[in-house]
Amino acid sequence: MADTPTVDTETAAPAKRKGLKRRMFLIGGVAVVGAGLFGISMADSSAAKSAAKLVGGKGDHVFATWLKIAEDDSITIYSPHTDIGQGSNTGLAQMLAEELDAAWDQVRIVSAPAEAAFANVGLGRGFLAEMTGKPAIINGIPQSFMSFLARQMNLQITGGSTALRFTGQVTFQKVGAATRLALIEAAAKRLGVPASELTTQDSKVLHVKSARTLRYGELAAYAAQLNLDNEPALKDPRQYRLIRQSLQRLDIPAKVDGTAQYGMDFSVPNMRVATIMAAPVRGGKLTSVDIAPALAVKGVQKVVKLDDAVAVIGSGYWPAISGLRALAPQFSDGGNGGISSASIFQAHDALMAKGEADGEAGDGDVAAGLGSQPIEAKYQVPFLHHAMMEPFALTGHFKDGKLDLWGGMQDPLASKMMAVEVSGLDADNVTFHPMIIGGSFGRRLPMYMEIVGQVTKLAMQLPYPIKLIWSREEEVAQGAYRPQSSAALQASLTQEKRIAAFRNDYAQPESAESETVFPYILPAVSRRHFAHSSNQTTGAWRSVNSTQQGFYNESFMDELAHEAGEDPVVFRRNHLKAGSRHLRVLDEVAARSGWGRPLPSGTGRGVALVESFKTIVAHVIEASVTDDGTPKIHRITTVVDAGTIVNPDAAMAQIEGGTLMGISSALGEAITLEKGAVQQSNFSDYPLLKMANAPIIHDVHFINSGSEMGGIGEPGVPPAAPALANALFAATGKRVRNLPILTQAKG
Amino acid sequence: MTINATINGKSVTLSAEPDTPLLWVVREELGLTGTKFGCGIAACGACTVHVDGAPARSCSLPISEIAGKNITTIEGLKNEDGTLHAVQKAWIAAQVPQCGYCQSGQIMAAVALIEQTGTPTDSQIDEAMTNICRCGTYPRIRKAIHAATGQAATALEGAA
Repeated sequence: MADTPTVDTETAAPAKRKGLKRRMFLIGGVAVVGAGLFGISMADSSAAKSAAKLVGGKGDHVFATWLKIAEDDSITIYSPHTDIGQGSNTGLAQMLAEELDAAWDQVRIVSAPAEAAFANVGLGRGFLAEMTGKPAIINGIPQSFMSFLARQMNLQITGGSTALRFTGQVTFQKVGAATRLALIEAAAKRLGVPASELTTQDSKVLHVKSARTLRYGELAAYAAQLNLDNEPALKDPRQYRLIRQSLQRLDIPAKVDGTAQYGMDFSVPNMRVATIMAAPVRGGKLTSVDIAPALAVKGVQKVVKLDDAVAVIGSGYWPAISGLRALAPQFSDGGNGGISSASIFQAHDALMAKGEADGEAGDGDVAAGLGSQPIEAKYQVPFLHHAMMEPFALTGHFKDGKLDLWGGMQDPLASKMMAVEVSGLDADNVTFHPMIIGGSFGRRLPMYMEIVGQVTKLAMQLPYPIKLIWSREEEVAQGAYRPQSSAALQASLTQEKRIAAFRNDYAQPESAESETVFPYILPAVSRRHFAHSSNQTTGAWRSVNSTQQGFYNESFMDELAHEAGEDPVVFRRNHLKAGSRHLRVLDEVAARSGWGRPLPSGTGRGVALVESFKTIVAHVIEASVTDDGTPKIHRITTVVDAGTIVNPDAAMAQIEGGTLMGISSALGEAITLEKGAVQQSNFSDYPLLKMANAPIIHDVHFINSGSEMGGIGEPGVPPAAPALANALFAATGKRVRNLPILTQAKG
Repeated sequence: MTINATINGKSVTLSAEPDTPLLWVVREELGLTGTKFGCGIAACGACTVHVDGAPARSCSLPISEIAGKNITTIEGLKNEDGTLHAVQKAWIAAQVPQCGYCQSGQIMAAVALIEQTGTPTDSQIDEAMTNICRCGTYPRIRKAIHAATGQAATALEGAA
């Protein structure tokens, strides 16, 4: 059964996608013994039963873990993803409700409980399949996620632009479709008619012949007893009435009147507030602290020393932070006191000069192709801070042998498991309550959520609930940064102005290879990774390695176009495959931006084209430089091919925001190190883009290619920096090879 | 020492230490958590409230300075009949918020700007709207401000 998906499932989908799905089924069948990819959720299994116990009340009926239909017709969907503002919960609800034929105004979606019964098995199996079968759908997933996921199946992770691509397509649409079939079966029995005579609409089953109608709510009790079809046929996309609609996001009303409750806003009676300072040099330990000055601050109740940090507890945040500021804690540097941004760049240079790569990928004889006098350029980018607007805030309470945690993380279940590990309690005695998240961009991923450990340690030794809030200064100094990275690029051109060979040597902690899609067709290409880590924690920063790789490759392509004396769009066209999606995106962005049309003197256009997370994005940016050296962006034109779009307006918002995050980082953002410690402290010295520097005109266009669904939260970021740098070159003749631009302009 | 002020139309007596920023009194003493903590140094604007109608960054405003003043937070913005303020409605229509954390402050800053200027121009928006949004909702904030003041998408049309 698992290896024979029905034809209906794929109606109107292109042939390529059909093959893809089929492979995923096969892999699922192998990976999950005795069940298909969704078997654990769909079948009458222990997970579904525990899920029903967790969320089902009187008159509630739970289907395949993720869906609850109440007898009053209200429909609740449990999302294993964290909606960080990317709109994924609304999109997931659209996908499930579409196949269920649910009345949209009766649908709500909430965070799934952080319990094993709600582990995102479909996502886990999809990722894990990479180890065995490499289905195309999961190409472009950062290696750091892979290794984490391979270790951990108890996941509710949000990252890698996967919510709709994996959970939506792989699980939620099928849960909706299978539940609809069960409701039809229940109605057939009740009405004594064949199921084939029944149709569904707006949470009702209709028997047109006899003009009888049954509500989902009155069928749910019986339907919930039925075994669900593991491979229900999905709708022909031409029948969609919710998917592809710009439905208003379900989370927005509570975000305009102050009622949305973030982790920062949580409160329980008798709660105290803590704030913390960890060793400024990563790897250091707390060596000594005189706690008296903090205890002298009115409202301060206690100072807690941890291995590598000191925390001050007060009646509120103000006493706590005032107490912490009164302290002069001493920390060791863990032997990392000699590390600086300059020393890291020097180490990169030395490694690349030595030439012993830790990994290489590519095609053709690059050394021969480059010849003796290649065109060369060196690029450098700094650490980047996520700068989520809500600093970390997590509340913990240990009472009667049970630990409860309240807050927002990108993986609630993994957060719970971390608290289990740190506390030494049984999993049954630890509960994580997911709350709304005020931004994340990769910062709240489980690989580096040290705050869970901190709050667990505090809660286990305190007799009252404790909310731990990180100050912005702590947030900036203790990040999980996008890595500082260097690249040495080389290429040679033929007499026909075509690239003969292209080499991208880059130095940073991890390989970017699993994410990199190099779209140009060249006779010889080499990408070599030189591994270098510092004492800093580095991690996934929105779109991960594609940000710096996009900047390197697309800036250097621009340099080569100018070396060749060719227009940058024409030059790229000449190296793209005829008929490819990349070429179509490039042509579309050129046409829509008025590429080639004259511009005022001092203004230039730059183009960049990057595929990440299976989505192809091209930006054309028009920019000039003001008298004080500050770039001014006049207009951005963006073309996106992300395959199927579930909610066009929400997708557009993600592309707009991603583009501006890329611009913001390119213009002004840098975390720098001196003596092993971060030099920046707050938004005063880590400047983020503001309204006045955001371009007024941003024209975003989606190509509906019908290709497989790509990610949408991240792919807007990578082409932004190179498009801007290329525009500034066109405007001024000055090439930007080091980011951020503003530091370079002033330095 | 106590400090008397009016918050969202109600008289309050505050007993916190006089150096306590208004933000923490509003959030922790009064339970009005719509006003957010972002940076603590008046750089991001997530904590924006109105003090006698003017926008103020409450994370850096000690309560000793608000005696006798009239404070409005996001919770006090709705109309008397409980319906949303026109700016809040415009925010929903333009689907502005993403993570939403900065949006209380953005809305408070926008309301103050509109009350001050009537129909703000793009350069007035640039000058007044200095609140940070990491999600990058600036184009939609601009659109919502224009829409709330009856200038639908003038910026785009004017420039095209």
